[in-house]
Amino acid sequence: MLNHELLIAILLLSPLLGFFINGIRFRSSNYLIAGAVATVAVGISFVSAVLLFLQLVDLSPENRRLAVSFFEWMAIDKLRVNAGFVVDQISGIMILIITGVGTLIHLFSVGYMHHDKGVTKYFAYLNLFIFNMLILVLGDSLLTMFVGWEGVGLCSYLLIGFWFSDSAKAAAGMKAFITNRIGDAAFILGMFILFFTFGTLNIHELNGLAPTLVESSWLGAVTLGTLMLFIGATGKSAQIPLYVWLPDAMAGPTPVSALIHAATMVTAGVYMIVRLNPIFIVAPNTMMVIAIIGAATAVLAATIGLTQYDIKKVLAYSTVSQLGYMFLAVGVGAFGAGMFHLMTHAFFKALMFLGSGSVIHGMHEEQDIRKMGGLKKYMPITHFTFLLGWLAIIGIPPFAGFFSKDEILWLAFSSPSGHWALWAAGALGAALTAFYMTRLMALTFWGKSRVDKKVHPHESGLTMTIPLMVLGLLSIVGGWIGIPHVIGEYLGHIPNYWEHWLEPVIKKLPTSDAIVSHQTSTEWALMGASVLIASISAITAYWMYVVRPGSSEKIKKAIRPVYEVVNNKYWVDEAYFSWIINPLIQTSKSLWYYIDVNFIDKMTFKVADMAMGGGSFLKVLQNGNMQQYAMYIGVGVVVVLSFVLMR
Amino acid sequence: MLETSIFTEITLNHYLVLSAIMFSLGMAGVLLRRNLIVLLMSIELMLNAVNISFVAFSHYMGKIDGQVMVFFVMTIAAAEAAVGLALAVSIFKRFKEVNIRFFEHLKG
Amino acid sequence: MILSGLIFLPIVFAIVMAIWPQRNTTRHVALGFSILEFLLSLTLLQNFDPESAQLQMVEKTMWIERFGISYFLGIDGISLMLIMLTTFLVPIIILAAWNSIEDKRKGFFACLFVLQAAMLGSFLAMDAILFYVFWELSLVPMYFMIGIWGGARRVYATIKFFIYTMSGSVLMLLAIIFLMRLTPEVTGGSISASLIDFYKLQIPFVAGDFFTAQTLLFFAFALAFAIKVPLFPLHTWLPDAHVEAPTPGSVILAGVMLKMGTYCFVRWVIPLFPEATEHYAWIFIAVGVIGIIYGALVAMVQPDVKKLVAYSSVSHMGYIIIGLFVMNSYGVNGALYQMLNHGVSTGALFILIGMIYERTHSREISKYGGLAAALPLFTIAFIIVTLSSIAVPMTNGFVGEFLILLGSFQYSPWMAALSVTGVVLGATYMLWMVKRVFFGPAGEIVQHSLSHKEHALQDLSVREAVVLAPIIILIFWMGIFPNHFMDFSKTSVEHLIQNKMNYTLSWKGDGN
Repeated sequence: MLNHELLIAILLLSPLLGFFINGIRFRSSNYLIAGAVATVAVGISFVSAVLLFLQLVDLSPENRRLAVSFFEWMAIDKLRVNAGFVVDQISGIMILIITGVGTLIHLFSVGYMHHDKGVTKYFAYLNLFIFNMLILVLGDSLLTMFVGWEGVGLCSYLLIGFWFSDSAKAAAGMKAFITNRIGDAAFILGMFILFFTFGTLNIHELNGLAPTLVESSWLGAVTLGTLMLFIGATGKSAQIPLYVWLPDAMAGPTPVSALIHAATMVTAGVYMIVRLNPIFIVAPNTMMVIAIIGAATAVLAATIGLTQYDIKKVLAYSTVSQLGYMFLAVGVGAFGAGMFHLMTHAFFKALMFLGSGSVIHGMHEEQDIRKMGGLKKYMPITHFTFLLGWLAIIGIPPFAGFFSKDEILWLAFSSPSGHWALWAAGALGAALTAFYMTRLMALTFWGKSRVDKKVHPHESGLTMTIPLMVLGLLSIVGGWIGIPHVIGEYLGHIPNYWEHWLEPVIKKLPTSDAIVSHQTSTEWALMGASVLIASISAITAYWMYVVRPGSSEKIKKAIRPVYEVVNNKYWVDEAYFSWIINPLIQTSKSLWYYIDVNFIDKMTFKVADMAMGGGSFLKVLQNGNMQQYAMYIGVGVVVVLSFVLMR
Repeated sequence: MLETSIFTEITLNHYLVLSAIMFSLGMAGVLLRRNLIVLLMSIELMLNAVNISFVAFSHYMGKIDGQVMVFFVMTIAAAEAAVGLALAVSIFKRFKEVNIRFFEHLKG
Repeated sequence: MILSGLIFLPIVFAIVMAIWPQRNTTRHVALGFSILEFLLSLTLLQNFDPESAQLQMVEKTMWIERFGISYFLGIDGISLMLIMLTTFLVPIIILAAWNSIEDKRKGFFACLFVLQAAMLGSFLAMDAILFYVFWELSLVPMYFMIGIWGGARRVYATIKFFIYTMSGSVLMLLAIIFLMRLTPEVTGGSISASLIDFYKLQIPFVAGDFFTAQTLLFFAFALAFAIKVPLFPLHTWLPDAHVEAPTPGSVILAGVMLKMGTYCFVRWVIPLFPEATEHYAWIFIAVGVIGIIYGALVAMVQPDVKKLVAYSSVSHMGYIIIGLFVMNSYGVNGALYQMLNHGVSTGALFILIGMIYERTHSREISKYGGLAAALPLFTIAFIIVTLSSIAVPMTNGFVGEFLILLGSFQYSPWMAALSVTGVVLGATYMLWMVKRVFFGPAGEIVQHSLSHKEHALQDLSVREAVVLAPIIILIFWMGIFPNHFMDFSKTSVEHLIQNKMNYTLSWKGDGN
């Protein structure tokens, strides 16, 4: 068997090599070669990820850590950062998701992008993204993680602006990068605080040094540090207030949205917090902020999702909302549940994005769901797999989303730092999710066709449907590894593999065990309630959009003001623009005009003018009249002499 | 005693006064006259005023240095007069003009 | 003798250039010369001992005995990398200016070589007067470069540049003379202009009293260097000089000349006036932070690409000043590294802007747009350099910026929090510019090139690719393996930080 150092090297370098190969021949428009190179590169990574994971399984639970350090990156004073990478319980899962889902999405892209002239460049970027994402999850210190963290942001920038000739798309890429940078700046500060508090940036050491006493002050080092890191996470993972870039990011090719803006990159924030859970857990104030922001984002994004007509925008807001759930989970100390939802969400949201890609492809680049409808009969495979994703996201048992979402909701209620209001927000979010997702299904696949006569929808080719089918399958079974105890007991002692797997690396909130195990009846009730709420909501949506297609318009009219607010996305973008961006530009212009040009330069010119003035006064004396000069000499001599003689 | 001696005995001061008067006359000429030739003559006058003091000093101090210096000054004066007059002549040939006010127009 | 060789070889080159008879081979010869110089400087790396904080390869002979002025050269970890940067950039500049300098080529290359000699001299000189000579000498060729080969408002720009820098140096000269008069204390009676003797001086300092010797000397030196850096609010000569300078002039100005200012802070100000430095560091840090934010904001709204990059220099130099004045290993190491980074990446940006200017004769951002479709390779190069400039990890910029921020956080978390906004603003102005120049639909210039066959835009030529390749390699090399470069300077920096209150340098064969 290959040793883990080599495997990690292969895991990382294979996509990088793919990037170089495709990067060098970027002018080529041969989608087969480009696609094959890129897909194989990620495929190799996937194989090594699996091998690494198997090695990890072989180790005893306490020692599940495969670490490697390739070289010393920075070493100044106390700062020692290696190009070191660690596969452990958490990153082990992440590399499987990234390379696994990544491979499928690469495969899908071969079909999706085959008509695009920049296909080689596209695959190069995609490989580069996988490379950076792997660095992010494997990095053994916060700084190494930050390398990937910024790297994925860069790839996201390049891929969102992939069709850069469209000004709006290029602007969307820029917006994504800059919004992320705001978060990154905070992330850097968070790193500094932790570094000067604990003297290291190594994640493993940091976790080991985590204080045992909970820090209750808002101004404590750990609280501030973790808050700063969380602000970083809101940038990358599109949470309030930095979520605005993600919906715009849909300007990129659809598989990119699936890979970067649903399955992997946007979950980096959640991953980071889980990674540092022993640190975060000692800062209850930060945790509270995370939970509240998460819940608020979950609801807010879901409401915006209700009114969108662009198939990808609906999914984008859904992603923001689902990420909110993950933050809600980690915020209440349910790190395992957060990771669990991260995984299942990667499956079903990647599936739905790819499904939407298949729809868009089949509809010849049409994204407006008002111009779809009845696609079920044209695209049976897409429809069926999308259906699986839909069932998973609205949380119908036994689909993957049910288990993860339910666990989050239950822990939001029952964890020591949980609260019934958090549960309620989660449940409201679930209801809204069920509604807009059903609406999406109904408007896209069901009911009467509203497709333009000129467009002939068709099912996509095999390279596109195979990934859909695989992800569909995962959306069903993906949740079965984390079956909650109550159901597990009921079904005959099925253990919660997920929880066992993560146990050694997840710190639990004190006293949480007692509550979890003693309130089985409450758990059943809440579980039932959430499924019921989701079902009712889904049925309502079905009724509104399929049974009575006109009814939605009537409701819209009835609640016009509310609808306007939601439909305009609460004017958040506009507010940012008129309150932050425009004033900033105006200030800059006036700084330039008033301070640089009119103050500093004018001042120096004033000094110069004074010199000039002095010069022009003295100039009179030097008029070229030799006799006058001689007289000056004479007068000078007389003055000097008389001065000397008088003394 | 003093009054008589001024008129009876010729002292160093007499020479120096003479020299100063000559020098002042020369300088006045340099400063006030416009004619280039007169200017040159005035300069000669100043130089010769200096020569008188040199010789006087030499005589009264019993040292030969002053008289040696006079030769130098005379040489320089000759050279200066030669160059100055040559310039004056060539300028006169070109512009028919010896007024130095006119030469201001030559400045760049 | 290597150091003297390094300084005087370019002067010989300049003379040869000036009398070179054949017009059409001038640039080839110049390129050959500059590469020769670079190879010579490579031998420094081999002979340099990175483990030692001593002054190395010292050359010292009396020059003007009466005033104790000596011809005194030496190198340590702090100056080594800057010398490499200088010799590395010159061949690249010559190759980049292959076609852009068309008239008076000989004169141009002669100026360039004199400038190189002067810059190397000011990095290597360990004698105050010798240093001052080189420092002032560097102004003259730059003056001609902008004044003769510059743009439309070149006269205005040159005079502004010259007078700004001169007025600072005059104060410095006074300060040097004052220091020389103090030296008999430490040399046992004779006057000396040697920096090492200066280091030994205990200059009286009274905290809070501005009119004490050390404080006044500190500000006299600091002002001279602050103008060169340039620090806000003394920066206004820079955008004008950059905009009017020809491409090679801009590159050398941004790449090396600005570093002369920051380098001299490390070499002259900080070790000579330790108490004053510590006491007044906050002023420079505050000004640095203002510079970062101010430079970035003003850069954002510039209509001219070159001016934008010039203001970005103001912002970047702010980082370097902060790194130096926080006086901890993170900050100083980061600042030294950032000097190299800024030289490489801003130099590269000016080269790239020069390339595009050669093609389109415009630098106005609003006239561009859609360039990426017309010039794909050029765009890739530009974006890589942009990433380095906005400090994306794995490029060189990140290492320097991160260390500086870390150092400033140790000094004051609030300063770090303020300067970290530069990270965001930097990305904003650069990417916004990239977006407007390269992305979007075809702008005026691209459309013109599409409709006029004779003005069709050409992507990178082989020569241009050769110019950019080493820079891009260096960007990643420095970003991924910073130790390869930092190892040379670490010991010297550590020596400076450890002994900041009584810093001195010794060398082999030194009597003491």
